[in-house]
Amino acid sequence: MKVGIIRFPGSNCDRDVFHALKIAGGEPDYVWWNQKDLSNFDAIVIPGGFSYGDYLRAGAIASITPVIDGIKEIVKEEKPVLGICNGAQILAEVGLVPGVFTNNENAKFICKQVELKVASTRTPFTSMYKKNEIINMPMAHAEGRYYNEEIEKLHDQDQIVLKFEGENPNGSMEAITGVCDETGLICAVMPHPERASEMVLGSSDGLKFFKGMVNFKS
Amino acid sequence: MKYDAEVRISLKKGMLNPEASTTQRALALLGYEVEGTATIKIIKFTLEEEDEKLAREEVDDMCQRLLCNPVIHDYEINITPSNL
Repeated sequence: MKVGIIRFPGSNCDRDVFHALKIAGGEPDYVWWNQKDLSNFDAIVIPGGFSYGDYLRAGAIASITPVIDGIKEIVKEEKPVLGICNGAQILAEVGLVPGVFTNNENAKFICKQVELKVASTRTPFTSMYKKNEIINMPMAHAEGRYYNEEIEKLHDQDQIVLKFEGENPNGSMEAITGVCDETGLICAVMPHPERASEMVLGSSDGLKFFKGMVNFKS
Repeated sequence: MKYDAEVRISLKKGMLNPEASTTQRALALLGYEVEGTATIKIIKFTLEEEDEKLAREEVDDMCQRLLCNPVIHDYEINITPSNL
């Protein structure tokens, strides 16, 4: 499976995602923000970072770049799209997933290993986990507090993908830290599965995100 | 005709504002007991339009598409004839 990794000025973890996708058996390649045609890819990952310096709001400026038009085409073709951290903020800004990820409750940048519950296994990325499985991955963000006025809709349509387990470090609504669109093919998660994709990193719990993506068949 | 535009962006009522609450706690450390602290972002620029109404409409469009996130923000637009 050919997976495009989107790069904006200020992206990071793009090479980590590349490495994790390789281990998972995918064929990753990088895509720059101004590329509009993504038709040769079977899936897309928007990695983390601080695109455009987080000016205006995290993800706001990236959300109006040409590559987003390409991603909208990928979505029409029912191919999977994963946004991690800043990638999740970008997907929310574009409106491809519901709600927003905004300033943490305590106004701090929080970078640490956290326990998470896989709340839904309907997305390609979480299809290899068991429902309610507890996994360990790092979080690293200042703007990750999930907020959504229409939270009931998420429950009704099984759109809550990841939740903090035990504590709620950033004050997210219902401790939600990963959501998907109505189809389950577009998924936005604040924690970093690529930073937990090999035991040498302290956890390999995140690798199944990429394995599930690579093994997805539409 | 040139117009000066000022967009005041604030969080919707009831939205948590960690920047404001941290600022309020810091003021208390200095002995200033204040309440209801809020932070508001102002974006200013000059634009050319036929009349004030059209200028306002264009700035409103900018707010919807980029400057604000309608999920969490309220905004106020001020348009005045520019001296530029």
